[in-house]
Amino acid sequence: MISANLRIVAILASVGLLVYIVDLVRRRRLKEEYTALWVIVAIVLLVLAAWGGLLHSITHAIGAVSESSTLYLFGLLFVILLLLNFSVRVSMLERRLTALVQELALLSGDRRNGQAAPEREAAHTSGAAGPGQEEAAGP
Amino acid sequence: MPIATEPRILIVIPAYNEAGRVGDVVRDVRACLPQADVVVVDDGSADATVLESQQAGAKTLSLPVNLGYGAALQTGYKYGVRNDYSVLGQIDADGQHRAEFLSPMLATLIEGEADVVVGSRFLDRDGHYRPSVARQLGIGLFARIASWITRQHISDPTSGMQLMRIEVARFFCSDVYPADYPDADILILLHRSGYRLVEVPVQMRPSPGQSMHSGHRSIYYMYKMALSILVTLLRPRSQTAP
Repeated sequence: MISANLRIVAILASVGLLVYIVDLVRRRRLKEEYTALWVIVAIVLLVLAAWGGLLHSITHAIGAVSESSTLYLFGLLFVILLLLNFSVRVSMLERRLTALVQELALLSGDRRNGQAAPEREAAHTSGAAGPGQEEAAGP
Repeated sequence: MPIATEPRILIVIPAYNEAGRVGDVVRDVRACLPQADVVVVDDGSADATVLESQQAGAKTLSLPVNLGYGAALQTGYKYGVRNDYSVLGQIDADGQHRAEFLSPMLATLIEGEADVVVGSRFLDRDGHYRPSVARQLGIGLFARIASWITRQHISDPTSGMQLMRIEVARFFCSDVYPADYPDADILILLHRSGYRLVEVPVQMRPSPGQSMHSGHRSIYYMYKMALSILVTLLRPRSQTAP
């Protein structure tokens, strides 16, 4: 059995984490969709800390020496899971950013190169050199 | 689908800090393919890349931040698709590729036996091009893997000198395109999506060492390419090809 002190610390920490998450959402500092993993982490840690029998049998099942190390193991696993989750989100953001930046270059390029797409097409088919069609001549 | 004998051609040149070189490349391309439009995609350069390209007669697109070689190329693909070109080519801005070989590549594409034509440094085996040993090993390994998977001889999977039908560029505008360093994985993706690939022998100058490719380390390149090929094979085949 873990000591009463450690149990109280773990319970307080889990409850504190839950309250903090709710408060962050209340102040609109954290979007609801990002809270799910955090809430699960806090609740699982809370259950493990409060329900001594469960922690004991898990410790026995995974062959750990002490119950406090089981608690740490789960904490660490969740941290890794959360970090991986962030890597996925960063990848997604990067993909969106790339598309946005490309779009910006294409839009400002249309203006800089001095022609909208339809005008280009007309100038091309008529064979006449439109404004900014300096590439019609040889080098 | 046949290409018209007078196709609208766009040559895309991705450039990152290539002032002093990109102007000559643009002039080179325009001299060899006077009927083609040239667009330089400036990948957030801090130097006179854009000015030099414009003075040489190219259109320019400027990415406000540096996105990397693949994303810069993809910007050019998007430009080509939106402006109704029928053939899209790509050539490096560092002067390594010789534009005179674009003509035989274009002829091969117009013949209609290929959707993508890749300029290969190694096809004629005259040994004019000698990359470093590490690079040679990497290129050789992935050439072999790509050849094995596509069941056709691929000698130069890292070649950035390519010519393609606009359908292929349209395909590349989607999320399928690996936006960092397209390489052997893109050839495998094309093959699996039903596009036909042909290599044409070209000669290249030694790279001046400042190219966009030099940024990646060999080991990371090997790792990234191996992973990319693996996931390309694990994904379901695309149904977008004709």
